Amino acid sequence: MELNSNIPGGPLQQKWDQHRADLKLVNPANKRKYSVIVVGTGLAGASAAATLAELGYNVSAFTYHDSARRAHSIAAQGGINAAKNYQNDGDSVWRLFYDTVKGGDFRAREANVYRLAQVSTSIIDQCVAQGVPFAREYGGYLSNRSFGGAQVSRTFYARGQTGQQLLIGAYQAMMRQVGLGKVKLYNKQEMMDLIVVDGRARGIVSRDMVTGKIESYMADAVILATGGYGNVFYLSTNAKACNVTATYRAHKRGALFANPCYTQIHPTCIPQSGDYQSKLTLMSESLRNDGRIWVPKAKGDTRSPDQIPESERDYYLERKYPSFGNLSPRDIASRAAKEACDDGRGVGPGGLGVYLDFADAIKRLGQEVIADRYGNLFEMYERITGEDPYKVPMRIYPAVHYTMGGLWVDYDLMSNVPGLFVLGEANFSDHGANRLGASALMQGLADGYFVIPYTLGGYFAKGGFSTVSNDAPEARAAVTEAQNKVSTLLSINGKRSPTSFHRELGSLMWDKCGMARNEKGLTEALKRIPELRDEFWKNLTIPGTGTELNQSLELGLRVADFLEFAELMCTDALHRNESCGGHFREEYQTEDGEAKRNDDEFCYAAAWEYTGVGSKPTLHKEPLVFENVHLATRSYK
Amino acid sequence: MNLRLHIWRQAGPDATGMLKTYDVANVSEHMSFLEMLDVLNEDLISKGEIPVAFDHDCREGICGTCGMVINGRPHGPVAKTTVCQLHMRTFKDGDEIYIEPWRARAFPVMRDLVVDRGSLDRIIQKGGFVSVNTGNAQDGNTIPISKLDADRAMDAAACIGCGACVAACPNASAMLFTAAKVGHLASLPQGQAERSTRALHMVLQMDAEGFGACTNHLECEAACPKGISVEFIAQMNRDYLASAIGGRD
Ligand SMILES: Cc1cc2nc3c(=O)[nH]c(=O)nc-3n(C[C@H](O)[C@H](O)[C@H](O)COP(=O)(O)OP(=O)(O)OC[C@H]3O[C@@H](n4cnc5c(N)ncnc54)[C@H](O)[C@@H]3O)c2cc1C
Ligand code: SF4
Ligand code: FES
Repeated sequence: MELNSNIPGGPLQQKWDQHRADLKLVNPANKRKYSVIVVGTGLAGASAAATLAELGYNVSAFTYHDSARRAHSIAAQGGINAAKNYQNDGDSVWRLFYDTVKGGDFRAREANVYRLAQVSTSIIDQCVAQGVPFAREYGGYLSNRSFGGAQVSRTFYARGQTGQQLLIGAYQAMMRQVGLGKVKLYNKQEMMDLIVVDGRARGIVSRDMVTGKIESYMADAVILATGGYGNVFYLSTNAKACNVTATYRAHKRGALFANPCYTQIHPTCIPQSGDYQSKLTLMSESLRNDGRIWVPKAKGDTRSPDQIPESERDYYLERKYPSFGNLSPRDIASRAAKEACDDGRGVGPGGLGVYLDFADAIKRLGQEVIADRYGNLFEMYERITGEDPYKVPMRIYPAVHYTMGGLWVDYDLMSNVPGLFVLGEANFSDHGANRLGASALMQGLADGYFVIPYTLGGYFAKGGFSTVSNDAPEARAAVTEAQNKVSTLLSINGKRSPTSFHRELGSLMWDKCGMARNEKGLTEALKRIPELRDEFWKNLTIPGTGTELNQSLELGLRVADFLEFAELMCTDALHRNESCGGHFREEYQTEDGEAKRNDDEFCYAAAWEYTGVGSKPTLHKEPLVFENVHLATRSYK
Repeated sequence: MNLRLHIWRQAGPDATGMLKTYDVANVSEHMSFLEMLDVLNEDLISKGEIPVAFDHDCREGICGTCGMVINGRPHGPVAKTTVCQLHMRTFKDGDEIYIEPWRARAFPVMRDLVVDRGSLDRIIQKGGFVSVNTGNAQDGNTIPISKLDADRAMDAAACIGCGACVAACPNASAMLFTAAKVGHLASLPQGQAERSTRALHMVLQMDAEGFGACTNHLECEAACPKGISVEFIAQMNRDYLASAIGGRD
């Protein structure tokens, strides 16, 4: 198989403009003859569905939520980047591009990232026009804050609810199209498979979660905007329902999965409190603008924080990375926290925590200003922990947060299966081995509002579509397969619940394929995962039937896919004999513990081809060519 | 702590439901309310019984998916807190807790504590947006918006669409939800062009869905986990009247 990224020629700055000029157009009157399925109504899916419907295409949108507004994007707190340079502090498209490539540890595709930086400014304009209530200064102009990995202020925000407000903007735009009859919305529907006919993606199999009915839905193209797979770790900051099924099923139908081992561990989350814990809660990175991170200098110091004098505190990020300090990128800040805790200097129960302290900021700016900036985050922290962060420093610990890996796509965001497009967190394209804060919202909306409307048209305009109905043998076979899967799961009648398998898989992945990985651990995981999968298919129990609302069955179906996908992740992590961004292999580090990349051997995207359950996937390499930036060792010192 | 739960069990939309009693032991005060239900459900599964169906997703108080009536109060006893953010430290050993779904004609029960809130989406569909296609926008700083207006818009836009206001209202009215959206867009210059027709169409849809009328009980504001103010209802009524009387459509 040949991987063609289809990056347009010409200078970086002109690629996207030139490409748009070259893409064939679909005549306005013909647009209504084309249909497209969009799976997912998060930022990427809702923005795509709305925009494609505005253009005149017939859109069907699917989500497993009871309302499109509940997609996981809603939980994003901190903000969205854009190269507006409203602050006059030296920002530019180039700088956002460079920061993103560098932040991703030089493992992203230059041309995609540059386009992302270019369209970032239009996103803000579009959202303002929709009525997104971004924070404003007293003069009435848009306000900005700083995020990790950047030395300029380019992050736009709406209190601590930026994702919510952006998603509601996209949701409203989509609901307007639902009202106009251009988007048909399918709530409470879970995609179970992709239908490929004559080598092209032509439909999906979906299960109605209320009645249990499994049916096929056909179209001229399929867009997956189904989010990330962080919940393979069971505990993460993702919403409970986030899962890998849609992308993994597409993978099993031939789509390559790229860089699955690139996972982001977020440095500022509320530490776990017990083994009943169902998820981890993020405290937005924006807190690092004003909070200072520290641990006691001495090991096992159990004094309360106010009893530890300045001179006995280690503000380790400020010490190790003076120029970025508390705003160092996520992977670096997370590993530094782990190091401090591994060194016995962690705080709180089990020593798995570090302080995020606002005392200085409150002294400097006053409690009112801090409350205005972070009030709702402080309240959330207090609700969960019972401690008041205005008085006692927060305790935080790293947690799984985001997945940079995803289905492989070309410059047009199309996978290697023609007609299958992948947007948002579900694809692998823009963040390399580590994503900078406030860049996921930007990417989701860039893909949905400003990229797919052009590139999908280009695909349609090439023509050659045969008529395909639900009676196509491929469609019927896929439906039967999905039905069989459900009945098999229901007939095992074993002893363990889906959640118990999920928890066990998650803790295995956290231990062996989490913040730091090594050959031994990964090899052990690769041995253990198939055993666990075996047990799952022998000893699972799911009460109830397949023809009713059955939440255990929903979980069972998702965990079944996680149990296969986990193996792919470990395989990728084991093959990548280097450390880069969110992938830290203990064998490959510098003397002072920093990640050691190996550009000679690993400067490529690893795209894996499915070859069967438990059989080693085939690796395809897309070499990453850097023509515009110099491959440097990342330094935030 | 040990607790006795009385939970509404209903097998499907057309089945009759009833309260069933469950005892849960060793509940930690650090658990969230939903984690306590998780523990109950794992226990039920291990006994081969059907677990309690309840809706939830983010467990951070932002997606609006969770919702149940606890001892007569939507989202439970703590003000401005969704049930996923409610922690067991609010309860004490030996407590009896009654757990029921949202009850409203426009929210049919699907199973146990899960209701269908599609009616709220259909209200939005009738006008809860600014009609601007992608690509139409001018620079985001072209129209300055005073911080006051932006903050007010944000106050209203904070609604998470959970439906607690409906569950709390003796008339099962969706006025607070609808007014929050109308108020959000009416506070911004971008929302002015469609301002009065928006209120009219959304209120008409609310009636069509079978939500009741507002008779100023103010229970909605008290139950709202996001503290949406009833002032927005008064504002919506003005927009609605302007449109209805002005005969504009
Ligand atoms: C707590 C938190 C805070 C964050 N804060 C920020 C931030 O401040 N700034 C930032 O830039 N990024 C942030 N992120 C990351 C960012 O929110 C996400 O990466 C982004 O929103 C993902 O958007 P998406 O549209 O790709 O997917 P999602 O929003 O995850 O949407 C996925 C959609 O797919 C649907 N779906 C999935 N599978 C199926 C299936 N099989 N069948 C049917 N439907 C399916 C779901 O129903 C949903 O509608 C944060 C993430 C978290 C967890
Ligand atoms: S107004 Fe409040 S209670 Fe009603 S749906 Fe919105 S957030 Fe929920
Ligand atoms: S689960 Fe999202 S608000 Fe409660």
